[in-house]
Amino acid sequence: MKESNERSGLGFTIFVHVVLIFLAFLCLFFFYILLINSTRNHAMIQKGFSFIPGKSFMINLKNVLADANIPVVSGIKNSLIVSGCSAALATYFSAMTAYGIYAYDFKMKKPAFIFIMLILSMPTQVSALGFVQLVTKMNMINTLWPLFLPSIAAPAVFYFMYSYMQSSLPLELVEAARMDGCGEFRTFNRIVLPIMKPAMAVQAIFSFVTSWNTYFIPALVISQNKKKTLPILIASLRSADFLKFDMGKVYMLITIAIVPIIIVYLILSRYIVDGVTLGGVKE
Amino acid sequence: MEGTGKKNNVSYARWGYIFIFPFFAAFLIFQLIPLVSTIYYSFFEYYRSGLKVIGPNPVGLANYKAIFESDFLKYMGNTIILWLLGFVPQIFFSLLLAAWFTDLRLRIHGKQFFKVVIYMPNLIMASAFAMLFFALFSDNGPVNSFLISAGILDHPFRFLSTVWGARGLVALMNFLMWFGNTTILLMAAVMGINPALFEAAELDGCSHLQIFFKITLPMIRPILIYVLITSMLGGLQMFDVPQILTNGKGSPDRTVTTIIMYLNNHLYSKNYGMAGAVSVVLFIICAVLCIGVYFSMNGDDSLVRSRRKKRGGA
Amino acid sequence: MRKSIKSLASLALAGILALSMVGCGGGAESTGSKDSTGEAGKVLNIWCWNDEFQSRFNDYYPEVKEVAEDKSTTTLNDGTVVKWTINPNEGNNYQDKLDEALLNQESADANDKIDIFLIEADYALKYVDSDYTMDVTELGLTADDMANQYQYTKDIVTDSNGAIKGTTWQATPGLFAYRRSIAKDVLGTDDPAKVQEALADWDKFDDVAEKAHEKGYKMLSGYDDSYRTFSNNVKAPWVDDTTVVVDDNIMEWVEQTKEYTEKGYNNKTSLWDDGWTKDQGPEGKVFGFFYSTWGINFTLLANSLETPEEEGGKLEVGNGIYGDYAVCEGPQPYYWGGTWICGAAGTDDADLVKDIMLKLTCDEEIAKQITLDTQDYTNNIPAMEAIAADPDYGSDFLGGQNHIALFAEAAKKIDMSNAGPFDQGCNEEMQKAFKDYYDGVVDEKGAKANFETAIKEKYPELTEVKWDD
Repeated sequence: MKESNERSGLGFTIFVHVVLIFLAFLCLFFFYILLINSTRNHAMIQKGFSFIPGKSFMINLKNVLADANIPVVSGIKNSLIVSGCSAALATYFSAMTAYGIYAYDFKMKKPAFIFIMLILSMPTQVSALGFVQLVTKMNMINTLWPLFLPSIAAPAVFYFMYSYMQSSLPLELVEAARMDGCGEFRTFNRIVLPIMKPAMAVQAIFSFVTSWNTYFIPALVISQNKKKTLPILIASLRSADFLKFDMGKVYMLITIAIVPIIIVYLILSRYIVDGVTLGGVKE
Repeated sequence: MEGTGKKNNVSYARWGYIFIFPFFAAFLIFQLIPLVSTIYYSFFEYYRSGLKVIGPNPVGLANYKAIFESDFLKYMGNTIILWLLGFVPQIFFSLLLAAWFTDLRLRIHGKQFFKVVIYMPNLIMASAFAMLFFALFSDNGPVNSFLISAGILDHPFRFLSTVWGARGLVALMNFLMWFGNTTILLMAAVMGINPALFEAAELDGCSHLQIFFKITLPMIRPILIYVLITSMLGGLQMFDVPQILTNGKGSPDRTVTTIIMYLNNHLYSKNYGMAGAVSVVLFIICAVLCIGVYFSMNGDDSLVRSRRKKRGGA
Repeated sequence: MRKSIKSLASLALAGILALSMVGCGGGAESTGSKDSTGEAGKVLNIWCWNDEFQSRFNDYYPEVKEVAEDKSTTTLNDGTVVKWTINPNEGNNYQDKLDEALLNQESADANDKIDIFLIEADYALKYVDSDYTMDVTELGLTADDMANQYQYTKDIVTDSNGAIKGTTWQATPGLFAYRRSIAKDVLGTDDPAKVQEALADWDKFDDVAEKAHEKGYKMLSGYDDSYRTFSNNVKAPWVDDTTVVVDDNIMEWVEQTKEYTEKGYNNKTSLWDDGWTKDQGPEGKVFGFFYSTWGINFTLLANSLETPEEEGGKLEVGNGIYGDYAVCEGPQPYYWGGTWICGAAGTDDADLVKDIMLKLTCDEEIAKQITLDTQDYTNNIPAMEAIAADPDYGSDFLGGQNHIALFAEAAKKIDMSNAGPFDQGCNEEMQKAFKDYYDGVVDEKGAKANFETAIKEKYPELTEVKWDD
């Protein structure tokens, strides 16, 4: 019995690997051509695609770094600040909100939940311009605050945290903590959050990446060069005049912009990849 | 309502409010006013002609009437088609991968590597991704030259100039960008399952499939519903991929124009009246679907604690 | 081992988060520093979408004293600080922000008021036909000052009352750049005068297209190549009151392009896509391209090379098809591109705005210098004609031809008195809608319907579209 299981397993295992290798190839392929394009000259890129690297890597890099109107270093810093704060605020406060609704019984519990689900359904395209007017009135234009403070209210992250608690957070644990005399915030920070670690890591990555790549709202809020985030700088290169328009530079900056986010991703992904199991749930 | 007997439970209600306070405060400060004005102005004629502001003049339901006289249903259909084209393969592969990655008996070489790599396309900015897609799928790009040299085609297939070519590319790009995301969510959910359950099932001699359908799927149900709902909302509000991939045209013949792209067309003239009305209509559709799917799949008692208790005690 | 990696990882993560948090604090502090320039002197705010004007200004405006290291400000001799606000175009961001700022211009602090902003031709009249731009004569610029500018550059920024509301340092007349080798094969000559004769009007142009096709060449690369030559020669503006009237000449473009597509006279590309660019290079089999000033000695030249200059390629015959292009006027005069300077209403320094316009757009010496240094074709007739008349001036890329001479001729013939505030939207939507028609996805009726829908979405004030058939 066991024998046959193993044998059918071999063909199956090969199949699994073939599928995985194919998907991994698709995923990495785009990084490869991105990298290739950053080594190519503008005219070459414009003429189409190549699998072979060009010779302009250093030239493109120099051109990007030498452009005083494209402050790459402060761009990376601003993007790190905005994305880091967004991720931290979104995950922490969403977990907190989800816990509030999951763990406590109170009158407004259900209305609050439904309300958040309604916010989740609201298209935000139109209110973006209203948001910018509001930010102007609050005197926060050209600051980074309005780019991450709203993350405190992230309905999608909340909903994920809530679903995760439903499947992975037994309330017995909370009650046990209470009996040990733990305060409510302490219970949340010391007992609930560690259990939520995989969920937090997942949502931290997603929030970070989303925020890292957002252009529309930041571009409306920020005009000062020193406050610009990377997507705005990339867009700036793309609106260059015809004489200076240089796709080599654009691809180089895109490549530069991708390095920090890959690092952050690799760091955070360990929480998912290493298979963090839940010490607390053993019954 | 159970447990009202314990007197300390009454005082805990306060903590519920305290825990959800920051979320609602941030929402009120940053999002409520723009949202309310969106709805308010949907009943007005309010746009810019050049730099001149026209309105706001109250027009009742005229904007809503205009929406349903336009090709709104066509755009709705486009949106649903584009979403399904991307979502079906996405959920299929994500479930498959999540099951494989978390199956302890399946020995995958380089598992860590695969797990990390599948999400990576999402790290690339959508606009950069689209630029690469253009290059790959252009008339004389590598995909076409491959298909021709392999003898599958005898002349280039003009992907973005045909209805299903363009829709297919939008779906493919959405798939590539998001399947890793979904897999990670599902994996996190599977890893949240008590390993003792899997161990017990293995001892009982359950097959891969049995474990998947009898244990994994039911246990990750809340997250699955989450994936379904957020993907559905994301799909209905799909914008950036088709926008960038068609250069904002939604072509050919407006068959790749999604609802939000239609809405965005109105924002060119800052037409808050029409754009607001489109938003409200879309909001109602999304909200009905979202709340409907949520409660029909979770049952109405999902917010009541007693069920948790039962499971925990079992 | 694994454990140490893990702890290292979390340490690094903590570091990033800490940095972020510190950054959050830092963001707050610097908000207050805005007024540090307060008393020191006047501030002149200039808004634009790229650094093209900034570099012309820094290099050629005589009053420039020093440029800040990060280029965000330029200090003038009298102590005035020029503050640059550069917002990218992408997603209409530049116009969105400019519009908000202009609408709030009255209530803005004196030092935050926009003094100068830049616009492009396609949407120029949106600003020109508003109260937010100043009549240049009000600023102090006289008709005499501008006498040497090309008429069409003034047409584009003339409002409905006849007032000129902006001015530009560059002119961008267009020509038809053709391949000498292909012309020889098809017409038996590569002499610009004879080729021009063969292409002097659209009927002749079509004949050459047929002959080129017989020899295995394409006349044009894509659908939009000839669009500007048609749209710049319309009989009336796009919009009459609230009705869009599609001009005959636009429909000629539709007819011609459909015919070329069906007969295989073009390569079905679109402007700027990779097929279009490739067609300009060594592998291309396209007779020629409509290109204006900036396009020929930069874009076309770069595209023609086999090995790019930056990678060691020489600018000489033998590298790709360098030397194989030549230019002629083509069937109709047109322009492509250009940036205009506008004085914003409410500026607190009209004199300085006037002086900047005067020096950068009306001064013959400066104009000539800009052209000689940068090859940017400038908006000064005598300066350009001096270069045109120089027998030693020629372009190796064009086989020794003096293209400035041809530009100088073409620029005078452009008539843009029919420019209007809806040009950008109408031109874009026209090309979009009819691309589907050429591609065979919709019939002509379908393309027209799509154009009407798109126009009414973009411009709610337009009620009707009239097709002249």
